[in-house]
Amino acid sequence: MAAPKKVRAASRNPSLIRGIGKFSRSKMYHKRGIWAIKAKNGGSFPHHDPKPAEPAPSSAKPPKFYPADDVKTPIPNRRKPKPTKLRASITPGTVLILLAGRFMGKRVVFLKQLPSGLLLVTGPFKINGVPLRRVNQSYVIATSTKVDISGVNADKFGDKYFTKERKEKTKKGEGEFFETEKEETKALPQEKKDDQKAVDSPLIKAIEAVPDLKAYLGARFSLRSGMKPHELVF
Amino acid sequence: MVKGRQGESVRLYVRSTILGYKRSKSNQHENTSLVQIEGVNTKEEVAWYCGKRMAYIYKAKTKTKGTRYRCIWGKVARPHGNSGIIRAKFNSNLPPKSMGGRVRVFMYPSNI
Repeated sequence: MAAPKKVRAASRNPSLIRGIGKFSRSKMYHKRGIWAIKAKNGGSFPHHDPKPAEPAPSSAKPPKFYPADDVKTPIPNRRKPKPTKLRASITPGTVLILLAGRFMGKRVVFLKQLPSGLLLVTGPFKINGVPLRRVNQSYVIATSTKVDISGVNADKFGDKYFTKERKEKTKKGEGEFFETEKEETKALPQEKKDDQKAVDSPLIKAIEAVPDLKAYLGARFSLRSGMKPHELVF
Repeated sequence: MVKGRQGESVRLYVRSTILGYKRSKSNQHENTSLVQIEGVNTKEEVAWYCGKRMAYIYKAKTKTKGTRYRCIWGKVARPHGNSGIIRAKFNSNLPPKSMGGRVRVFMYPSNI
């Protein structure tokens, strides 16, 4: 290419109504300046020569089977789903309250949003027992408390880090069938423990710098008598 | 349900009472129940709760899936009237014996 093409800001042909432009084909030809380009290039529009056609594969056998009716091929799906829109109240470093699940009521620190849309959070583990975990945005209340998260590097964590290992299907013999019923409980690999420590240590330093924040994160949230969620400010 | 620490319970739901079914004087429609949420007294306050999930929990004699407790899930549909009562729809209609009983209105799906 001679020069990178710059996309025009607006179309040269304003639409009067959807589907009908103001200018006819011949007027548009003139507006686009095709006549000038042709004149500049000796009477014809510049084009690349067509690539030499590839020789047809010599082993092209006639198909064995011709279907009676025309079969429509489905259009390939090119859509890529985006991660869910993150609420404005949730920014990296926000303290979130988990509303459901094993750790319900716990206050955790939000790290980042994963490509699947789920939120990556951590207790930190030493403070409230919540490990690096994924959680859905709808099951979380964002508080206005923020923790300084600049020391934390969460780049290596993606959705693949959290998926369960797929068990290899092995053919079992008669005798082995009863033995393999007892699967060994998966101990947490040391690598994951190290990852947890690596993420938590700068966090814990930032948390201890703020008075009472450590106790706050260690305590669980609960509704008490007389508390009305629709009136609470988090 | 696994509890991390023994004896520490958190209440993350609002207590509510089942009042009955949506009805007129002589006809009732059991697919929608009327529920009174504690502390909610006007229909403007109900807006926060719309869409929140709720659960009616009851006990049965036989054990299913390891527990005698059973649950009917539902959601807050819309306010009913001006005084903070809500209309709720459950996955299956609530049984009549639940009238006057407790329902838990959770704080999720959350929007805060």
